[in-house]
Amino acid sequence: MSIKLHKFHGGLHTEDHKKGSLISGLQQATLPAQLILPLKQHIGDSNKPLVSVGDRVLRGQLIADSSSAISAPVHASSSGIVSEIGARPVPHPSGQSDLCIVIDVDGKDESIKQKTSPIENLSGAELIDKIQRAGIVGLGGAVFPTAAKLARGNDLGIKTLIINGAECEPYITCDDTLMQNYAAEVVSGIAYLQCILKPENTLIGIEDNKPAAIKSIQLAIEKSPLSQTEVVSIPTIYPSGGEKQLIKILTGKEVPASKLAFDIGLFCQNVGTCVAITRALEHDQALISRIVTLSGNGIQNPGNWEVWLGTPVSHLIELAGGYKINQAKSQHLVMGGPMMGFSLSSDAVPIVKASNNILVMQQQTIPLTPGYHDECVRCAKCVEVCPAQLLPQQLYWQARAKNHERSEEYHLFDCIECGCCAAVCPSQIPLVQYYRAEKSEIRTARQAHFKSDRARLRFEFREQRLLLKKQQDEERRRLKREALQKKNPKIPDRKVEVDPVQAALERVKARKQTQAAEPRNTTNLTPEQQQQIEEADARRRAAREQPK
Amino acid sequence: MIVAILTISLMAGLFGLILGYAAIRFKVEGNPIVDQIDALLPQTQCGQCTYPGCRPYAEAIANGEAPINQCPPGGQATIVALAGLLDVEVLEPNQEHGEHHDIPLVAIIDEATCIGCTLCIQACPVDAILGSAKHMHTVIADECTGCELCLPPCPVDCIDMVPIKQSIDDWKWPLPTLSEEIVHEH
Ligand code: SF4
Ligand code: SF4
Ligand code: SF4
Ligand code: SF4
Repeated sequence: MSIKLHKFHGGLHTEDHKKGSLISGLQQATLPAQLILPLKQHIGDSNKPLVSVGDRVLRGQLIADSSSAISAPVHASSSGIVSEIGARPVPHPSGQSDLCIVIDVDGKDESIKQKTSPIENLSGAELIDKIQRAGIVGLGGAVFPTAAKLARGNDLGIKTLIINGAECEPYITCDDTLMQNYAAEVVSGIAYLQCILKPENTLIGIEDNKPAAIKSIQLAIEKSPLSQTEVVSIPTIYPSGGEKQLIKILTGKEVPASKLAFDIGLFCQNVGTCVAITRALEHDQALISRIVTLSGNGIQNPGNWEVWLGTPVSHLIELAGGYKINQAKSQHLVMGGPMMGFSLSSDAVPIVKASNNILVMQQQTIPLTPGYHDECVRCAKCVEVCPAQLLPQQLYWQARAKNHERSEEYHLFDCIECGCCAAVCPSQIPLVQYYRAEKSEIRTARQAHFKSDRARLRFEFREQRLLLKKQQDEERRRLKREALQKKNPKIPDRKVEVDPVQAALERVKARKQTQAAEPRNTTNLTPEQQQQIEEADARRRAAREQPK
Repeated sequence: MIVAILTISLMAGLFGLILGYAAIRFKVEGNPIVDQIDALLPQTQCGQCTYPGCRPYAEAIANGEAPINQCPPGGQATIVALAGLLDVEVLEPNQEHGEHHDIPLVAIIDEATCIGCTLCIQACPVDAILGSAKHMHTVIADECTGCELCLPPCPVDCIDMVPIKQSIDDWKWPLPTLSEEIVHEH
């Protein structure tokens, strides 16, 4: 059986720079002295720490969790003492710090008691629950909680399961290494996904620059009972590993704008996630390690390491023989690839679930960004390469003008930030940076709008509540008066319509008028009375002036 | 503990229903242009525009009685949006009405000092303060609009305005630096 391949729009043929990190195969990283585990390593809601400073934790122990459905718990990667829970620099484009649990590793690597339970009789929902508890997220880089994605896919019904082993970005070879070393686990992970989603067929897309990986997965499938599962070698073109692009290549289907793969009965999952699923289900092992590529021209020995999550990047750099030039500011660190990655503020940040690659470039080999760019010449080169079939130059104008409405009309949120447009732009406009900024602006505006809608509702509700209360009070008073009148008809019928404020104002006015008039008892006085008054006044004055 | 959680969730559900019901039951048949203007105002309900709430200000704008630059919480963004909607010139914010805070503020009650007088509850336009007589009060930070109306009535001055807590997820990608000035025009 062989399937017909399709082409997606645009894309780039890039130099792949992958050989360097593939030579030495998969290496096991050593334990660092300290593990730094950010509480949030996924897309979704935040976790809360479940341990305190001073606690001893064991490998695989749950240390942070959330009750939200869109979240993934964090586990200790090795045994040791929690020495700090606080803000530490994390891998994030902002370069900011975030809440982390720091473990001083004791080197014993003691594990929690595994209570491996048989999984043969578990239902789909129970399997998904186990995957959730293992803290598994999409390891292709999106870090969306896998269990939430599976639950949604299950609800919508899946026809084709697509396994992403494309790994199209230059320099990165962690999935290639994973497929060569853990093919059997990839394949059993696929079997579990099939068990949960019950797709009609499964396609595994791998770029044809990874023949060894293709071979080992094929062998593993032959040895397994899987049926309707096929490895497809796809042409090497960036970004074939983008979800929508891979779908187009393998099925010819276009995921409509602002829709997701599930909406047309497809489900994509990365090969690394499959391995994590196998380990979670078969060995009750939480996601505490991953394969990371260390690459670039600034590192002594590029390669792939199986790394404990929370390991500082600096520890990994040491394992790779250190920097080529060991001076401050002589390297540029990027997490991810050169097209879609982001710069790291320092090598003190830890490896997290999203870290597929650490790219170390010698500063001197990076062309200096000129600090300006030329204006768009409307050459439309960007339109030709955009794999999402957008109009990048239009998006650029709208982002610069901060015209959110027009940006969305041009489908800004379908931009996958692949960087193809910026790579070919003759004016060297940092297009993706404009799109990212505009996306952030729009997200913030949406949040503000959501909040103001709530405030309006609450404000209007309060107004209505106050009005209702006023009416009820009046009604109660009226009833009371009526009851009194029935008992004692002499009580006069007070006008209900009189506005109490108006009445009060009138009373005040009336009082002022009477006060303005002369007090009556001081008119027509006899001389004696006048004298008495004056004497009394004098006494009072004297009493007041007497020193206390 | 369970009882507390249940009670609170039950209450939350109930209030949700009431709010939803109120939205339908008390729906005001309004003037669409006023609605559109009101939708662009931040709903802080602070009255800094000199009108008793956002909707009255929206009405004043619709009637041509007020310029579009009197809302400090909305800032420049709201002025631009209003100018776009009404097809009028973009104005500078009128500083006389107050200062715009880039990071919105929320009220926080110093719970040790609070004497439980309930005066702030009565002042809050969005019912964002929780408490009862002679008991400590607290602000529901998610619902507080930062209008500052609860500050003056407090007899012991225990309410403070603090910037909303920013998390790493609130961070915004910046536009490329200085692009406006250094773009080479052809
Ligand atoms: S490639 Fe660059 S210069 Fe050409 S149209 Fe696109 S944005 Fe403009
Ligand atoms: S970054 Fe966005 S606009 Fe540019 S080519 Fe990629 S998908 Fe298209
Ligand atoms: S100043 Fe702005 S936020 Fe405050 S009441 Fe007026 S319109 Fe609403
Ligand atoms: S708590 Fe205070 S600042 Fe916040 S909305 Fe209520 S009155 Fe305004």
